[in-house]
Amino acid sequence: MSTLAGQATFRVEQSSRVSRIAGAGAALLVLAMLSAPAWVDRGHLSLLMEFFYFLAIAQMWNLLAGFAGIISLGQQAFIGLGGYVLFFATMQMQWNPFAALLIAGLVGGMIAIPGALVVFRLQGAYRAIGTWVVAETFKLVFSEIKSLGAGSGVSLPASVARAVNIGPLSRDTVLYSIALLIALLSIVCSYALLRSQAGLALKAIRDNEATARSAGVNSFRIKLIVFVATGFGTALAGALIYLSKLRVSPAAAFDINWTSYMIFIVVIGGIGTLEGPIVGTLVFFLLRQYLSDLGSWYLIILGAVAVVTMLRMPSGLWGTFAKSRNVSLFPTRRRLILKPK
Amino acid sequence: MTGWIDSILQGIMLGALYALFAAGLSLVFGVMRMVNVAHGDMIVLSAFVALWLQRITGVTSPFLTLILLVPLMFLGGYLLQRTILNPALGEDILRPVLITFGLSVIIQNGLLQAFTADSQKLHGGRLEVASIPLPGGLAIGTLPLLTLAVSSALIGLLQWTLYRTRLGRALRATSDDLSTAGLMGVNTPHLFAVATGIAMVTVAVAGVFTGIRASFDAVSGPDWLIFAFEAVIIGGLGSLWGTLAGGVILGMAQTIGARFSPGWQLLSGHIVFLAILILWPQGLFPRRTE
Repeated sequence: MSTLAGQATFRVEQSSRVSRIAGAGAALLVLAMLSAPAWVDRGHLSLLMEFFYFLAIAQMWNLLAGFAGIISLGQQAFIGLGGYVLFFATMQMQWNPFAALLIAGLVGGMIAIPGALVVFRLQGAYRAIGTWVVAETFKLVFSEIKSLGAGSGVSLPASVARAVNIGPLSRDTVLYSIALLIALLSIVCSYALLRSQAGLALKAIRDNEATARSAGVNSFRIKLIVFVATGFGTALAGALIYLSKLRVSPAAAFDINWTSYMIFIVVIGGIGTLEGPIVGTLVFFLLRQYLSDLGSWYLIILGAVAVVTMLRMPSGLWGTFAKSRNVSLFPTRRRLILKPK
Repeated sequence: MTGWIDSILQGIMLGALYALFAAGLSLVFGVMRMVNVAHGDMIVLSAFVALWLQRITGVTSPFLTLILLVPLMFLGGYLLQRTILNPALGEDILRPVLITFGLSVIIQNGLLQAFTADSQKLHGGRLEVASIPLPGGLAIGTLPLLTLAVSSALIGLLQWTLYRTRLGRALRATSDDLSTAGLMGVNTPHLFAVATGIAMVTVAVAGVFTGIRASFDAVSGPDWLIFAFEAVIIGGLGSLWGTLAGGVILGMAQTIGARFSPGWQLLSGHIVFLAILILWPQGLFPRRTE
C-alpha cells in the first residue's frame, strides 16, 4: 500500500477474482488434456495435436503483431526452417529426434537475429512484405539443396519415426504431449513476459513509440528479443509439425498459408489478448471441420470472415466480449485500486 | 558475349514491367502510408478479366480490352478504397495490411474457382514474335520494347500528374501532412479513392502486358507483389524514377541469375534486393529530403 498525495491509499493489481478462478480452471483443463491419450481415440488425438500446434504458432504471431507491433507475413520461414533442421539433424547427423527438436528451435532463434537486423530496416507496412521476401528466399534456397531432396522434398526414414516412441508411450502420444507442452509454454511464457517489466515497455511502445523511447525504453532491443523468442518457438513448432507429417518439401513447409492461418486465428479470436488465439483456434477448427470440403470456397470464406472482423470488430471475438464485460482471464494490464481514507 | 548482352537487355525490359507493378504500390503508399498486400493479385485479376473480355467480345488483340479494363479497374479501385479501405486507415497500420491480406486470399481463391488452376496466357498474335534486328546478331523483341516504352511513359505521366497538376498538389500535400491538407479543403476520402483508382489503372496495363509476356495462374499474385515491393525498396521511397531504376536492377538480377540456373532466377533477385537493403537501407535513389 502506498499513499497518493495524502488523499487515498492505492495498490496496483494485475490479477482479479475472475483471473484467479480462470487460473484454477485452466489448471484442471491442462490436467484433463494431459490425460487425453488415455481416453481419446487415435484420430481425435491427432486432431488435438494439430489444435495445440496451431494454437502455439498463432499465439506467437499474436505476441509479435498484437504486442510488439511487428507485422510478419514471413513466419512460415521459421516453420520450414524448423522442419528442415529436424530432418537434417536426424537423417544426416543421426541425432536423437528430441535433441533435434530443440536444436531446430535454437537455430530458428539464431536465424531470427540476422533476420531482424535486415527486416527491421524497413518501416511499417513495408516490413511485413520484407519478412515475406525473406521467407521466399528460404524456400528457394532449400529448393536448391540436393541432399535434402531439392524442390521435391524428402521423407523421414522409418527408423527415425520409430525412435519417437518412449517405452510404452506410442508415437502419437509422445507427439501429442510435445504439442500440448509447446502450446502451454507459448501461453505461459507470453503471460510471464507481458506481466514483467519488459511487458510494460512493450505496451508503452505499442501505445506511443516516441514517448516510450523518450522515457528510456530501448524499443529496438525489446522488439529483437520478442522476434528471437517467437523465432525459437515457431521453429520448434515447425520441427514438431514435420516430425508428425514425416515428409517435408519447400513448397509446403515455406507456404504462406501457415502465416495466413496464424493471422486468421488471431484476428478472429482477438489480437492483443492472450485469450484471443485460444478462441480463434477453436473457431478455426470448427470452420475447418464443416467447410474444408468446399475447397477454394473454404478459403474465400476464411478471408471474408477475417476482412469483416477487421472492419467491424477489430478486437475480435474475445476482445469484444472482454471489453463489454470488462473481464480478462489472463490479465496483463495493471489496474490502480484506490481506497479512500 | 552476345548471350550476356541479351540477358541484360531482357532484364531491362523485364524491369520496366516490374516498375509498372511498383508504380501503383508506391503511389498508394506515398499518399496514405498503406501497403496493398493484394496488389499482385489485382494484376493477376486484371489479366484474367482481359482474357475474359477477349473471349466474350471476340477481339483479337488483348490491348483492345484495355478500353474497358482501364475504366473498370479505376472504378473498382475507387469503390474498394471508399467502402473497405478508408474505414481501416488510421494510426494502426495493422488493419489495412490484414484486410488487404484477406482480400489477397479471396481474390486468389475466387480466381481458382472461376478459372481453375490452369495457367493462362493472353495471345498477342504477331507482336509476340516480332523483333527489331540489332547489329552484332542481336535482336530486340517488339513486345519488350513496347513494354519498356509504355512503362516509362506511364511513370512519366504519373510523375507529371504528381508535380504539375492540381490533383498532384493535393496528393503531395496529403502525403506530407494529412490533417493540414484536410483543413485546407482537400477531400481526403475522395482523394485516397482517386489515388487507388489511378494505381488500379497501372495495374490494368501491367496485367495485360504481363499476360502477353508470360503465362500466369490464379496464384501468381504474391510473386508479383514481391517484385513490385523489391523495385520500390531498391529504388528508394518517394521517387518514381528511382522505382523504374529499381525495377530494372531487379529485372537484370533475375535474367542474369537465370543464365546460371533456372532455379536462380528468383533467388538472385531476392539476394540483390537483400544486399541493397543491407548496404543502402534508403534505397539507391531516395528522394532528397529538403
